Amino acid sequence: MNKQSSLDLYYQMVLIRRLEEKGAELYQAGKIGGFMHLYIGQEAVSTGLIAARLPQDRVITAYRDHGVAINCGIPVNQVLAELMGKATGISKGRGGSMHLADVSRNFWGGHAIVGAQLPIAAGMALGDKYAGRDGVTICMFGEGATNIGFFHEALNLSKVWTLPVLWVCENNIYGMGTKVTRASAVSEIQQKAEGYGMAHERVDGMNVMAVYETAKKAIETVRSGSGPRMLEIMTYRFRGHSMGDPERYRKHEEVMEWEGHDPIGFFQTYLIKNKKATARGLEEIDTRAREDIQKAIEFSEASPEPALDTLFDQVYAEEE
Amino acid sequence: MARITMREAISQAMWEEMERDPNVFILGEEVGIWGGSYAVTKGFYDHFGAERVRDTPIAETAIVGAAIGSAMTGLRPIAELMTINFAFSAMDQIVNEAAKLHYMFGGQFMLPLVIRAVSGGGRQLGATHSQTPDVVFAHFPGLKVISPGTPADAKGLLKAAIRSNDPVLFIEHATLYQVRGEVPEGEYVLPIGKSCIQRKGKDVTIVTYSKGLDISMKAAEELSKEGIEAEIVDLRTLRPLDTNPVIESFKKTNRAVIVEEGWKSYGVGAEVTSRIYEQAFNYADAPVIRVAQKEVPLPYNRALEQSALPQPADVVAAVREVL
Repeated sequence: MNKQSSLDLYYQMVLIRRLEEKGAELYQAGKIGGFMHLYIGQEAVSTGLIAARLPQDRVITAYRDHGVAINCGIPVNQVLAELMGKATGISKGRGGSMHLADVSRNFWGGHAIVGAQLPIAAGMALGDKYAGRDGVTICMFGEGATNIGFFHEALNLSKVWTLPVLWVCENNIYGMGTKVTRASAVSEIQQKAEGYGMAHERVDGMNVMAVYETAKKAIETVRSGSGPRMLEIMTYRFRGHSMGDPERYRKHEEVMEWEGHDPIGFFQTYLIKNKKATARGLEEIDTRAREDIQKAIEFSEASPEPALDTLFDQVYAEEE
Repeated sequence: MARITMREAISQAMWEEMERDPNVFILGEEVGIWGGSYAVTKGFYDHFGAERVRDTPIAETAIVGAAIGSAMTGLRPIAELMTINFAFSAMDQIVNEAAKLHYMFGGQFMLPLVIRAVSGGGRQLGATHSQTPDVVFAHFPGLKVISPGTPADAKGLLKAAIRSNDPVLFIEHATLYQVRGEVPEGEYVLPIGKSCIQRKGKDVTIVTYSKGLDISMKAAEELSKEGIEAEIVDLRTLRPLDTNPVIESFKKTNRAVIVEEGWKSYGVGAEVTSRIYEQAFNYADAPVIRVAQKEVPLPYNRALEQSALPQPADVVAAVREVL
């Protein structure tokens, strides 16, 4: 990856981190409602993964979707405006934190029912295959989603029909507060791909370049027509499951230890060591990200609420 | 016009739409090589091929999910669920996904998909295979729910459903497949969400749909022998529900009976009765009466099962009560 692209990934990761930190503040201030799930600690996963896609490759994920939205190219203004429920939000204030999507950028949501996006991903891959397009559908889900029926039906169908899907498990070790070892028959999630005759790999999700390199190969292999594959990306969320998480299920020391493997810090070291950036250059990017978030807050605060007379719009594509 | 069965009318609608639009395809359990468990897709696999007539695993969530996802990419899938009872296995995909995605993402996603499902009791299949839970699905804004009572309506409404850009649940009653009727050949598309008068009358309004139409027509013939002329309104679409013809008819007859095969509580009868009282209370000369299924899981034994299902005699009795 060239220098500029590497620095762009760094910018995306920092932008996500700052967005999430400010998002938490806005949530505490009552300016963001509903449920909100922060991506802090997991930034390298979607950043590396989505950097590896081509424009024709579709991305679909679960409810922890702010980072994915940024990586797919949605302007942070429209992401934050959606969190604040504004008419200028990417989903016009209809979806909120868990339901970001942008069809023009091939990002298909933001799905809040655990595992429900997997059968849909199989369907999107079927759509591309049926039409003879060479797009790959990249479907992200947490390790918690691998215990629900959706996962098994979707993986099976994708293999039976040789669909161009890359199944990406973001293993952050906890499904809400239940550790993977307490919820899943096998804690190494990639083993589940074996049951569907599917190739699989595990990769360090705190290392953005490792994610990128592995994902690039996996996506191109799927594109070649060899059928679905699975990636298990090992990561950790530094914050609670959602904003209302008392975190009784894990020790502070465990979180501290993982924070020692901060994907942003790790990438900083990599960039400087490989002479792709200077400490000062990275500081400039940090400053730019802070400024962009500040502008997004101003944009969102100034944006109008959706007009009440739009309540019934788009219940159906064809209005009665 | 040819006189064909409901099964043939449904089959014809799909065949014509698949010939017209290469984006239309069928997926479901045994729709291909087998020819459909109710033989609706017989001959499709040989003619259209395995890509467009796709046999699936027995996995309703995957079937509906694949329909949703492929519809989002621009295809027009027709997902067949062997019976509507199996739709419960796919409930999340139908209710939380298909019905919500267009609205929830600010109109970004289009979901031009049809889910065909066989509903209804009366064939001694036991409680899990005999339900008529049509209203359950009609409860959700975002879905369109159609259930025709005649072969012509089945053809015209299924073609409309396939061309619709919204998710449509198309419910076929299992005991209506052999019913015959005049069906226009070729291009015949009816508007979704329009009720119609299936029988003219002046003495009482019977409001019904699907299998209830068959029952109500038989009852109307009986009543006619006594000089009582029932007007029958066929809802045809449960969501969006068009009660305008119901209200108009009620203002003329001042008496109504609502007939449905599903359970009475929270049913079509409850909804339509409320609308009559809300919009035409002053026209009522008698309380509106509902004829529906007894509130039990349907038993296997033939006599028990039939005693739980609404019969023409029940409709006749209800009409006598409101007159």
